Amino acid sequence: MVDTTMNDKIFNVSMSPHIRDNESISKIMWTVMIALTPAALFGAFNFGYRVVMVLLIGMGSAVLFEYLTQKIRRKTITIRDGSACLTGLLLAMCLPPTIPFYMPAVGSFIAIVIAKHAMGGLGFNIFNPAHIGRAALMISWPVAMTTWSKMTTGVDVVSTATPLNILKQQGYEKLIETFGSAPDMYQALFLGTRNGSIGETSTVLLLLGGCFLIYKKYINWQLPVVMVGTVGILTWVFGPAGLFTGDPLFHMMAGGLIIGAFFMATDMVTIPITIKGQVIFALGAGILTVLIRLKGGYPEGVCYSILLMNSITPLIDRFVQPVRFGLRGEVK
Amino acid sequence: MIKSFRGGVHPKDSKSYTSGKPIETLPLPELAVIPMRQHIGAASIPIVKKGDLVKKGQVIGEADGFVSSNVHASISGQVIDVGSHPHPIFGKCEAVVISNDGKDEWLEGLPLIRNWEQLESAQLLKIISDAGIVGMGGATFPTHVKSTLQKDKHVDLLVLNAAECEPYLTADHRMMLEEGPRIVTGVRIAMKVLGVEKALVGIEDNKKDAIEKMTAAFAGLPVEVVALPTKYPQGAEKMLINAVSGRIIPSGGLPMDVGVVVQNVGTVAAICDAVTQGIPLIQRVTTVSGGSIKSPKNIRVRIGTPFREAIEFCDGFSTRPEKIIMGGPMMGMAEPSIDIPIIKGVSGILAIAKGEANTGKEASCIRCGRCVNACPMGLNPSMLSILSERGLYEEAKEDYGLFDCAECGSCVFACPAKRNIVQYVKYSKAQNAAAKLKEKRG
Repeated sequence: MVDTTMNDKIFNVSMSPHIRDNESISKIMWTVMIALTPAALFGAFNFGYRVVMVLLIGMGSAVLFEYLTQKIRRKTITIRDGSACLTGLLLAMCLPPTIPFYMPAVGSFIAIVIAKHAMGGLGFNIFNPAHIGRAALMISWPVAMTTWSKMTTGVDVVSTATPLNILKQQGYEKLIETFGSAPDMYQALFLGTRNGSIGETSTVLLLLGGCFLIYKKYINWQLPVVMVGTVGILTWVFGPAGLFTGDPLFHMMAGGLIIGAFFMATDMVTIPITIKGQVIFALGAGILTVLIRLKGGYPEGVCYSILLMNSITPLIDRFVQPVRFGLRGEVK
Repeated sequence: MIKSFRGGVHPKDSKSYTSGKPIETLPLPELAVIPMRQHIGAASIPIVKKGDLVKKGQVIGEADGFVSSNVHASISGQVIDVGSHPHPIFGKCEAVVISNDGKDEWLEGLPLIRNWEQLESAQLLKIISDAGIVGMGGATFPTHVKSTLQKDKHVDLLVLNAAECEPYLTADHRMMLEEGPRIVTGVRIAMKVLGVEKALVGIEDNKKDAIEKMTAAFAGLPVEVVALPTKYPQGAEKMLINAVSGRIIPSGGLPMDVGVVVQNVGTVAAICDAVTQGIPLIQRVTTVSGGSIKSPKNIRVRIGTPFREAIEFCDGFSTRPEKIIMGGPMMGMAEPSIDIPIIKGVSGILAIAKGEANTGKEASCIRCGRCVNACPMGLNPSMLSILSERGLYEEAKEDYGLFDCAECGSCVFACPAKRNIVQYVKYSKAQNAAAKLKEKRG
C-alpha cells in the first residue's frame, strides 16, 4: 500500500547541507583522552599508584568546576563534551608525581574557571587552559612543583631529579654518568623509565598516541614534527662544547617536549587554524623552548613557550590565511 | 590521469539505492501546476487564461526579456487556474494549472524532425531559447543566455558536467548509460552553437560504467572523457573546470572568463530533443531516493507533477522522513511539504530519514580547522561564520572573500561543532547586498 500520510506534520526545513559527517566535539575530546591513556597509565606504573589519584583529582575537579561555572552563569552544561575532563587530564599529566592532592584541584580551578570560562568558554580561550593551570601552580608553589619522586622503575640508577635538572645543574657528563651510558639514557628516555612529570616520560607511548591522532586527522603532523625538529636542530647546533656538539636526541625526548608538541601545542582552540600558521607556531615554540632550556633559569621551557605562542595566535591567523581559489597566491 | 582540486569532503555517496535502476516513466498527473518562475531571471508572463485548452508543448508563459525563459504546457488539457500556487523555492509563485484531458496530445506540428547539421548556430540558439531550456543541474540559468557569446570573451571549450557529485543523485548517471546518443548529439549541438572545436566530459570515477559508455559514445569526436576522483564538490563549476582543463576562474569571474561554457547532462539532452525533434522542455529525469523512500527510483517526469505523485510512484515512505529535499543533500533545498510541483531544476527528490542527517546542536567554533581544509575555495569558513554572528558583514566581504563562497556546504559537513556556516554566509551576503542597495539610494 502506498503511504504518504506521514507528512501530516511539516518537515524540518533547516538550511543545506542536509547530511553531515559523524564527527563531533565530544568524539574528538574523548579520542584525545584515549590517545593519552597509555602514557598516563605508564605514569602510574613508573611512579606508583599515587599518581592515579592525582589524575583522577585533576579530571574530576575540572569537570566539577566546569559544571559549577556553567550552573552559576546559567549556561548550558557542556561537561559531557569531554573538553573539561581532557583539560584536567592534561594538567595532571604535567604535574610532578609527588604533588599534594589539593594542588591539581587548584590547577583545574585556574584552568577551567579563569583560563577557559572567563575567556568565553570552549573555543574562545586564548591560552591552553591546562598550561595556564600548570604555570599558575609553578609560580605559586615552586618547590612542590619541582620535587620529584623516587621511581618504581629503575630506582637505583636514577636520582630523584629529572634529566633536564641534572643537565642544568651538573652538566652533560654527569647526566650520562647518572644513566650509566649514552645508550642507556636514550633507552630510558624512549621507554619512559626516567624521572619527570606524571605523563611526560614515555616517549614511545606518547608518540603512539600522537600518531593515532594524526591517523584520525584530529591533528596535523606538521605541527609536532616541526616543533620537535626545531628543538632537535637548535640543541644540536648550540651544543655545550661549541657549534654542532649538542645532543639532539636527548633534548627531543627529555622534559615535556613530546607531550607538549603532540598534545598541548595541538590544542586546536589556541593555535592557528591553517597548517601554514601552525608551522610558524611550532617553529616559534621550538625556538623559545631551546632558548629557555639553554639560556633561561628554568631547566624546561615547553609550557611557557607554548603559552607565549598562544598569545600571538590571533596575529598569525590574521596574516596567514588560506590561499583563495582564483587569486593566485595573493591574500585578499 | 586522475585530476582534482584542493579541499573537498567525502560524504557517503548513497547512490547504490538507485544507480542500478533504469529510468521509469511516471504516469501523467491529473493536475499539472506549472510555475512561471523555474529559472534564474525575470518570471515568465502567462499567455493563457482560465478555461483555455492547451496542448502538450504549447507555450503558456513567455520569457520576459533576455534573461528569462519560456514555459510550456507539459500535458494537454484545460487551464483551470492562473494564480498563486505552492512553489518549491519561492513558497508561492504565479502558476498555470492544467487539468489533464488524458489525451496527451502534442501541439500541432510537433514533434518536428530536423536535421540539425544544416542549421546555423544562430538558428540553433533561437530553438534553444524558444524551447525554454535552462540549466538542469539545479541552477536553472537560461541556457540561451549562457550560450550567447559576449563580444569581449573568447570561448574555446565546452565542458559537460557529468560529475554528479551530490550524494544520492543518479539521474545523470542513468541518462549516460541509457541515452548516450541523445547526450552525444546534445553536446555536438552545444559545441556548434558556441563555435568551439573541443569538449571535455568530467565524470566522477564512482561511475565507471558511465565513463566507459561515454568514452565509446564520443569515439571519433573531438570530445574527451575525463575521469575525476569522487570527491564533493567535484561538480562545482570552478572545481570542475580546474580539474578537467587546469584553468582557474578568477575570483568573482565566470567560466566564460577562461573561455569555457559548462553544460549539464540533462541540459544537453534537452537541447538534443529541442533541436532534433522540436520538443520543448516539458519533462526531466530525476532521482527519488533517501532512507525514507520505500522503493527509490530514477524517473522521467513531466514538469508540474506534484512531488507527492513521484513519491507515491516509489511506494511512498518507509519511515517518517526528517526532511524532504529538492535537489541533492549538500546543496538542495528542504521543503515543508510534498504538495509542490516538480520544476525544471529538480535534480532529485529526497526523503532523508532521521539517522541519515547527523544533525546536532550547534556549538561554538573550536577552531579545529576542518572547515578550512574542506573549503574548495580556500576560504576560512570558521572566520566567516564568526564574523556573521558578530555582525561584521563588511569585514567578511573585504578581508575574507565572502562572495567567493559557492555555498557548497563542505565546511558544514565537516564541522564537528555542527555550525550552520552556510546559513551564516547567506545571511552575511544578504546583509552586504542590503547595505549596497541602501548606499545606492543614498
